[in-house]
Amino acid sequence: MSYRFADEPLRIGGREIRNRFFLGTGKFGSKELMAETIAACGAEVVTIALRRAEPMSAPGSLLDFIPPGIIRMVNTSGARNAREAVRMARLAREAGMGNWIKVEVIDDGKYLLPDNTETIRATEILAGEGFVALPYMSPDLYVARNLVRAGAAALMPLGSLIGSGRGLKTADFIAIMLAETDLPVIVDAGIGRPSHAAEAMEMGAAAVLANTAIAAAEDPARAARAFALAVEAGRAAFLAGFLEERAEASASSPLDRLPFER
Amino acid sequence: MIPLAEWKTFLENGSPDTWDEMTRRASALTRRHFGRAVSLYAPLYLSNYCDGGCAYCGFNRFRPLRRRRLSLSEMDREMEALSASGIRSVLMLTGESPAMTPPGYLLAAVARARRRFVNVALEVYPLEEEEYRRLVEAGVDGITLFQETYDRSRYRELHPVGRKADYDFRRLAPERMARAGVRAITLGVLLGLADAAQDSYSLFAHLESLQRRFPGVGYRLSFPRVIPVDDSTFDPILVSDRTLVRLIVSARVLFPRVGITLSTRENAGFRDRALEIGVDRISAGSRTEVGGYTRSRPASGQFAIRDNRTTEEVVMMLKQRGFDPVFSDWCPVGGVVAEGSQA
Repeated sequence: MSYRFADEPLRIGGREIRNRFFLGTGKFGSKELMAETIAACGAEVVTIALRRAEPMSAPGSLLDFIPPGIIRMVNTSGARNAREAVRMARLAREAGMGNWIKVEVIDDGKYLLPDNTETIRATEILAGEGFVALPYMSPDLYVARNLVRAGAAALMPLGSLIGSGRGLKTADFIAIMLAETDLPVIVDAGIGRPSHAAEAMEMGAAAVLANTAIAAAEDPARAARAFALAVEAGRAAFLAGFLEERAEASASSPLDRLPFER
Repeated sequence: MIPLAEWKTFLENGSPDTWDEMTRRASALTRRHFGRAVSLYAPLYLSNYCDGGCAYCGFNRFRPLRRRRLSLSEMDREMEALSASGIRSVLMLTGESPAMTPPGYLLAAVARARRRFVNVALEVYPLEEEEYRRLVEAGVDGITLFQETYDRSRYRELHPVGRKADYDFRRLAPERMARAGVRAITLGVLLGLADAAQDSYSLFAHLESLQRRFPGVGYRLSFPRVIPVDDSTFDPILVSDRTLVRLIVSARVLFPRVGITLSTRENAGFRDRALEIGVDRISAGSRTEVGGYTRSRPASGQFAIRDNRTTEEVVMMLKQRGFDPVFSDWCPVGGVVAEGSQA
C-alpha cells in the first residue's frame, strides 16, 4: 500500500507494535506453512502454546520457524488453574522463550471458556514477577478492572467460543471494557472472518488475534493477509471517526428529531 | 440424547446421504478444533501377567504364555529405545494383575518415564482413588481404561474371574480418576464383544455424565476392535469398517472438542483415512510385546498389530497428507492436583 495513515504504534510491555494483527501458531498443516503465513501477513506478535513448543528438543521445534525479532507470546494453554499457569510461565522463561505470557486458564473441556477468577490470580503473580501478562478472559467489566489492578499489560477478551468462528458475539461487553478501561484491548477467539476483525477494530480494539480461521483455511497465507488488511482498515475507520449509524426505522421516536443532536 | 432404539436404527440403517452429511460435519469440526495437527504416542508394555480370564485377550491367564514383567533396569532400556525414536508421549500398559504389577510398581514406572517423556499415561487395571492420587503425584498425566462392554450380562460372561469380574468397580473408575486429579481420561469399549450400537450409546452417555460432573478433565475416546489371538476360540461380533467410521463420525459430532485416538489395531489404510474424519491422535511404531522396543527377549503381545510402520514412516505419511505430526502436546506441570474440577 502506498498510502499509510498516521497512527501511533501500539505500546505493550515496552515494545512498539505497528501491525495490529496478531497470529496464533497452532493447527497449521506444517511448520513451513506457518512460517509462510507469518511472512504473508507481516505479524509482529505471534502466540505459541508452550505445550507444543518442545523447548527440550532442539532442532525442528516450532520456535525455529519463527523469525527473530517477532514477539513470541507464550500461552499457558493446558493450565487448569492459576498455579499451573504460573508454573508454565516460569518454565517458558527458563527455556528462554521470553517473558510475554498470554495467561490462559481453562477448566472446562466442553466450551473451553476461561476461568476469570483464576486468570486474575495468575495475572497478579506473573505481573509481580516481571512478566508481560496478557490475560485471556470472558469480557466482564469487573474482571477487567481487577485485571488492571493485578498489573495486566493488556486485556484479551473473547469474541465468541474458541474455534467457533462466530465473530463478536460479546460485542456489547467488549464495548463497555473499551469505554471504561485504559489498557489496550485485544480481541481474541471466535474471529472467523476478516470482517469480524475489522468490526472489532472499528469499535476501538487495539489489536485482533486469530488462529483457527487462518490455519484451517485452504490458503492460510492468503487468509492471514486478508486479516491483516481488515485489521488495518478497521483501525483506519476507528481513527477516521465515522458518524454513528442512524436507525432510520426507529425515526418515529421524538428523541431522534432533536435539532441539536449530532 | 436420542433414544437407544433410534440410535441403533440410525447407526445400522441410516440413509447414506445423511451419513455423508454427518461425515462432512465431523471432518469440518475436526479441522476447526484440532486443525491439521495429529499427535503421536506409543504404547510400552510393562508386563503381561494377568489374573483375568477374558476369552478374547492374548494375556488371559488360561493361555500358556511366557509371562514377563520388566525390571526397573529393563524399563529404563525400553524407555531409552522408545524415546530415541522421537516419541515424547508414552502409554504404559500392564495386564490385570495387582499382585504382579502392584501400585508401587506402577509408581516406579511413572517416576522413570517422567524423566524421559513429556506425557506419561497408563492403561492398567482399575485402582482405588487414593492409588490414582499417588500416581498423579508421581507425575501421571493420563489414564486409559476401557469398560470393554457396558452390557452387564455379557460383561459377566466374558469376565468370569479375578478382580475384573467386578463390573461396577471398573465402571466407576473414571470418577475416581477425576477426583484424584487425573488430567486426561480415555474411555472406550472393545468393539466386537457386544452390540456396537448399544455399547457406543452407553459410552457416549458415560462420557456426557462425566463431562458434566468433572468438566476440567480432558477426555478422549478410543474405538478399538477386538482382535482375537490366533489360537483363540473366541468368536467376535463383526464390526464393519463402515460401522467403525460411523462411530468415529458420531463421536466427533456429539463431542466436538473431545479427542479421538486410534491404535495400531487398525491397518495403515484405515488409520490414514480416519484422520480425515475425526481421529486426532494415533500411535506410531508400536510394539505390543513386553520388551518389544529392545527386542532382547520379547514375550507375546496382547494382540497382533495391523499397522507395522515405523514412527518415521508414520511421520512421512502425515506430512504427505498435509498433517503436522505433533510429538509434544503437553506441558508437564507434574504432580499438581488440579483445583476446581471436583464437582
